[in-house]
Formats: sequence, structure tokens, C-alpha cells
Amino acid sequence: MNNEAREVGYLTYDILKETVRLPAKERLAKGPVAIIECTEDIPCDPCVEACKSGAISKESLVTPPSIDYEKCTGCTLCIDLCPGLAIFVVNINYKEDKALVSIPYEMLPVPEKGDIVDALNRSGENIGQAEVIKTRKGKSGTHVISIAVDRKFAMETRSIKVKRKENEY
Amino acid sequence: MKEKQRILKHPVLDFKRGRKINFHFERKGITGYENESIAAALFASGVKVFRKSKRFGHPEGWFCGIGKCSSCLMRVNGIPSTRTCITPAREGMQVEPQSAKGMLPDKTSIQVARKEEHVQVLIIGSGPAGLEAGITSRKLGLTTLIIDENPVPGGQLIKQTHKFFGSKEEYAGLRGFEIARIMLAQLKNYKGTYLTETSAIGYYPEEETGKHKFLAVKKQNDSYQLLEINADNIIITSGANENYLPFPKNYLPGIYGAGGVQTLMNVYGIKPGNRALIIGAGNVGLIVGYQLLQAGVEVKAVVEAMTHIGGYLVHASKLARLGVPILLRHTIKEVKGEEYVTGATIIEINENMQPIEGTEREMDVDLILIAVGLSASTKIPFQAGCEKMFVPELGGWVPIHNENMETTIKGIYVAGDVSGIAEASTAMLEGRIVGAAIAEKEALNPEASQRVKESALTELNQLRKSSLLKAVAAGKIKCQQKWNEAKNHEQ
Ligand SMILES: Cc1cc2nc3c(=O)[nH]c(=O)nc-3n(C[C@H](O)[C@H](O)[C@H](O)COP(=O)(O)OP(=O)(O)OC[C@H]3O[C@@H](n4cnc5c(N)ncnc54)[C@H](O)[C@@H]3O)c2cc1C
Ligand code: SF4
Ligand code: SF4
Repeated sequence: MNNEAREVGYLTYDILKETVRLPAKERLAKGPVAIIECTEDIPCDPCVEACKSGAISKESLVTPPSIDYEKCTGCTLCIDLCPGLAIFVVNINYKEDKALVSIPYEMLPVPEKGDIVDALNRSGENIGQAEVIKTRKGKSGTHVISIAVDRKFAMETRSIKVKRKENEY
Repeated sequence: MKEKQRILKHPVLDFKRGRKINFHFERKGITGYENESIAAALFASGVKVFRKSKRFGHPEGWFCGIGKCSSCLMRVNGIPSTRTCITPAREGMQVEPQSAKGMLPDKTSIQVARKEEHVQVLIIGSGPAGLEAGITSRKLGLTTLIIDENPVPGGQLIKQTHKFFGSKEEYAGLRGFEIARIMLAQLKNYKGTYLTETSAIGYYPEEETGKHKFLAVKKQNDSYQLLEINADNIIITSGANENYLPFPKNYLPGIYGAGGVQTLMNVYGIKPGNRALIIGAGNVGLIVGYQLLQAGVEVKAVVEAMTHIGGYLVHASKLARLGVPILLRHTIKEVKGEEYVTGATIIEINENMQPIEGTEREMDVDLILIAVGLSASTKIPFQAGCEKMFVPELGGWVPIHNENMETTIKGIYVAGDVSGIAEASTAMLEGRIVGAAIAEKEALNPEASQRVKESALTELNQLRKSSLLKAVAAGKIKCQQKWNEAKNHEQ
């Protein structure tokens, strides 16, 4: 499956679904949960250390991480500590027809709570507008941005585009 | 003055520019900042043409930006062939472009003082390999001199704004420039000398005794000091050179190596262009693409000739979700522009790597980045006479070395990219192995040294199990076998 992704150029949702076990509907319905989109044998393990609930494990340094969705509380701590920026937290029952998606963000400008930004999917396509609900600057300097998007895009939204304000950068 | 090319705000870097300084380029005034290279200051002021080809008359720019090619040579305060990319700009300097050859103006203008040094270990280069070799050898009690020709120590690490993989021992999760900072601070815990702006220029063993002696030149503003460094052991960690790509007009200013662009934007805070095309979807191309976006440069596409990306999916996915197309089976056909890149044409290629006519696409770019691989920077070990070997898995010609990283010359070691292109974590571990191997040999703390070495070897072998490093592991074994053959032959 990784080879297929490398021939596309990046990890698509279809390939991801085939490659890793994603949380079941029931688990998703219970509340926020981390989705790890790291499928190769990268020699790397900060995600394991990041999770205080012990939800993430690696058989060895060079096997892809696996996650126990029952242990994951959706706290988002792993998001900014992952060097691959490959972890996202999804809460499909945020409110009404909205889901809350938390993503790592290392660009400028950094959005503020209440801003309306463009939600982008894994190939960078604009899939609609999103409201910024929460921002947090992690220890690593990476921001964690939580945005409310239409529920149907919970598993598609993986990035944002923030409009530049005047005189900015 | 194109101040707008200076990056004022950056998502992870904070540029602390020094005092403003003024110098002269072709008698025109140029304003730069203290601690900035001449090439960077010129570029920020809009000087993009660094010389004209003597034969064809076309303009050329700088390329590698890390002191390894010769595209930025200029006459500085009368001294010809100065590498302006690694020479800091100073108040009142006179800088002039030069034709392909550098003529000595006046024999008396260069003052060279000589100085002799005696150390147990000389380390050439201060990237992750050199720094870790220095920390380890000093920790284990060896007197160690480290030299680096760059004004800023840390090798490739200082320009990496992304967080590194690895485990805690190799500073996983920290950004490259932060790792360099920590390693330098560690080094300072131990006694020893560290010289920047000092180039190793050649190996000249003592005629009678055969003892190791390296010559190095230390720049001190306008004067030069010739160092004769006598060392029982030499560790060469000179890193890698950027590979070049042949295509029409590849000399034009605006076409740069990935490392050079990183230096410009992440060390000096200067925007290398506004709209970029990247050639090569290995880790370097993908990472530089992301770094360009962070610097506020639009990335139009990454083109890759192969049918698949060479780098990690996580790096590619970071770019893809920000809307950067990664075009596989594509290459660059030609470049537009007379004085500077004003556009490019890309084209699809077939299974036999042949361009498919009619698939051309115009790209509106002013910056083309070449990230098509690296090869070991082997000038120093090869000049010294270390036996070499062509190992495709290691990026081409490398000095033959054993598990302790010793070359075919006793007492001369290599570590990091110069011993085969890999990555920073393994460069560090190799540096640690050499430092410990030398301490073990010199019978200083033999037990502690052996322990350090063994655990570094175990860690290294563990890392090399990952698919991206498996080939490196195979290449290293070829080298070790060849080393054994060479030794048996000697006996
Ligand atoms: C864009 C990019 C992204 C990367 N990302 C990662 C990553 O995420 N993770 C990772 O592990 N690795 C990464 N790497 C690779 C990593 O940076 C290199 O493998 C590593 O820096 C090699 O270390 P080194 O010490 O061998 O050489 P270098 O870091 O290249 O250092 C060599 C030093 O030697 C000096 N030198 C050379 N010749 C002489 C001489 N004659 N006299 C004096 N000094 C000399 C140079 O000035 C330089 O400072 C990346 C590399 C690039 C280019
Ligand atoms: S979101 Fe929190 S609990 Fe879940 S895996 Fe990440 S760190 Fe662990
Ligand atoms: S920290 Fe991120 S990149 Fe590293 S193994 Fe874990 S998920 Fe993958």
C-alpha cells in the first residue's frame, strides 16, 4: 500500500483506509480520537513518548506506530510532537452537523480563535470554510489548530489556508 | 534596495540580524548585515549575476551556497577566488566579480603567518558527524581540535527548520538548528579548540616519520594563517556536495542547489525568490519545498523523473495538503530568461525516461531548485590517498572504511555523509563510533570507550533496518569487505 501511495506522491484517504485500521464508527461516535497517518518504517518514536495514556506503541523503532483507540482520549498532545506532522485528532460529534478536526500547523499567518479559514483536504483542495475554535502553540513550536467543519469532511480535512491580513509578511 | 527580500516574520525562526554594514561591489554601495555572507548580502541587494562565462559570455549565479562549488568566487579586498558564500561581509570591503581565472594582484598583498599545532585528534568539519565525534573524543579524554571552513558551525543542521525523526538519544522531535545549538553547548563543556573559517587544504605527512600532518588555512579578516596540524588521528567529516542536473541554460541565476537556498532563507533570512519549481522528490526536495512555503515563497510544483517519490510519505503529504502538486514522471525541459530565470517548461517522460512531446507545460517561476541527490565530499580523503570505491548505495565514490570508520590509511577516519550519503542521526552515531574507537585505541578509558562504541554500533544497526537506510547498510558492508581485502593484501 505504501508503494501505491508513493506512486501517487502522497497518502490519500483511500490508501490510508487500506493501510491502517481506522477507528470504528462506535469509537468515533464516543468523542475525539487520534488518527495517525504514518505508515512507513521511519526510525522515529516521539509519538510513543508524547502519549500520556499509553495509547501509541511501536514494536521497534522502525515499525510504523499503532494506536489503541480505546486508550486514546483525544487530548491532542501527540499532534505537535510528531516530527512527521502526521497525527490529527477528529471529534465527529462536535455539535449539530459539525466535526472538530485538530491539525498541526507551521505556517504564517497563525489564525486566531473565531477566524474563518479554508479547509483543505489531503491534496490541498479547498473543501469549504471552517471556523477556528481553538489554537495552541505546542512545546515544539508547532501550533495545534482545532477547526469546526461539516461532519462529512471530518476524515478529509487535513490542512487550512489562512488569508493574510493586510501588511502581514 | 530590495529590503522586501528579507524575511521579517517566519513561523519557526527568529532572525537576529547584526549591525548594518556597507561595502562596495563594483564600486557601488551595498548594505548588508554583520555576520551575513558576502553572497547573501549581494543577493538581498538584488545582485543575482555573479559572473559571466568567459567562453560564452552568458550570466551565471551562485549554485551550492555552502562552499563546495566555485560559482561564487570573487575578488575580495584584492584577494582573488574568495568563496563569497562562506566569507562574512565586513564594513568597507571591496568586492569585485572576476572572470573564470583569479589573477594575483600583487604578491605582497597576502600576509601568511604560520603556526604549528599538536593534537591527538583533528576533526575536519563540524556537522552532526564532526560535532558528535568531538563531543565523544573530548568526553573520553582526547585532546581534540575541530576546524570548519564555514563561519557558522553545525554543517547542514543549522538550516533545517523541520523536526527530526529518530529516538530521544538522537534528539528526535527537535528542529535541526536546535540540535546544532545543543551539540555546540555540549562541546563547550569540554576543553579544546574549535576554529571556524578554517579550511583543511591538504595532507602532507612528515617525510621521515610518516606522521600525519594536515595543512589548513585560517582566515582572519584579510590576513591568513597557515596551520600545520600534527595529529595522531584525523577524522574527516566534510559532508556532501549537491548533484547537478544537465538541461539547457542550467547556469542561469535563479537555479540553485537545495542546500544553498536553505542557507539563504533559513540562516540569513533572505527570500530566494517568489515562485519556485523543485526538481527531485526525495526527502531533500520535499523538505525544502515545505521550508520555502514557510519562508513565504509560492511553490508551483515538485517534479520527479521516477514513477514514485524517493522521500518519506509524511514529508510528501505535508506538501500535498498545502496544495503543492507532486508531478511524477516529469522533468524540466528548458528554462526561460536571459539574465535571470523568468519561467520554465516541464514535460512528462515515459518508462524509458524519454520526454513525451506535446505534454509540455509552462511554469511561471523565478526560482528553480535542484534536489537530485548528493555525493560524498571526498576531496580531502582522496587527496590524502585513502583508497576509494564506487558504491551506488552510498551515493558514488567513497573512501573505503571499516566498522570503526577507519580508512585504508591507519589513523585517518571518516564519518557522516563523506563516508556515504545517509542522514543526520546516522552521521552522529558514526561520529560517536569514531571518537570512541580512537579513545579505545589510545588506551584511554578503554572499557568506557568500548561501551560507548558498542552501544552506538547497536543503535546504528537498528536505524539501518528502516527501508530508506537498508541500501546504506548494504553499501557499508561492501565497503567493510573491501577494507578487509585491502588489509589482507597488505599483510
Ligand atoms: C534539505 C535537507 C534535509 C535534511 N533532513 C534531514 C532529516 O530530517 N533528518 C536527518 O537525519 N537528516 C537530514 N538531512 C541530512 C543531514 O543533514 C546530513 O546527512 C548530515 O548533515 C550529514 O552530516 P555531516 O556531519 O556528515 O556533514 P555536514 O552536515 O554537511 O557538515 C560538513 C561540514 O564540513 C565542513 N567542511 C567541508 N570541507 C571542509 C574542509 N576542507 N575544511 C574544513 N571544513 C570543511 C563544512 O563546512 C560543513 O560544515 C537533510 C539534508 C538536507 C540537505
Ligand atoms: S490524542 Fe492524546 S491520548 Fe490520543 S494518542 Fe494522542 S496523546 Fe495519546
Ligand atoms: S512521531 Fe510521527 S512520524 Fe514519528 S513515528 Fe510517530 S507518527 Fe510517525
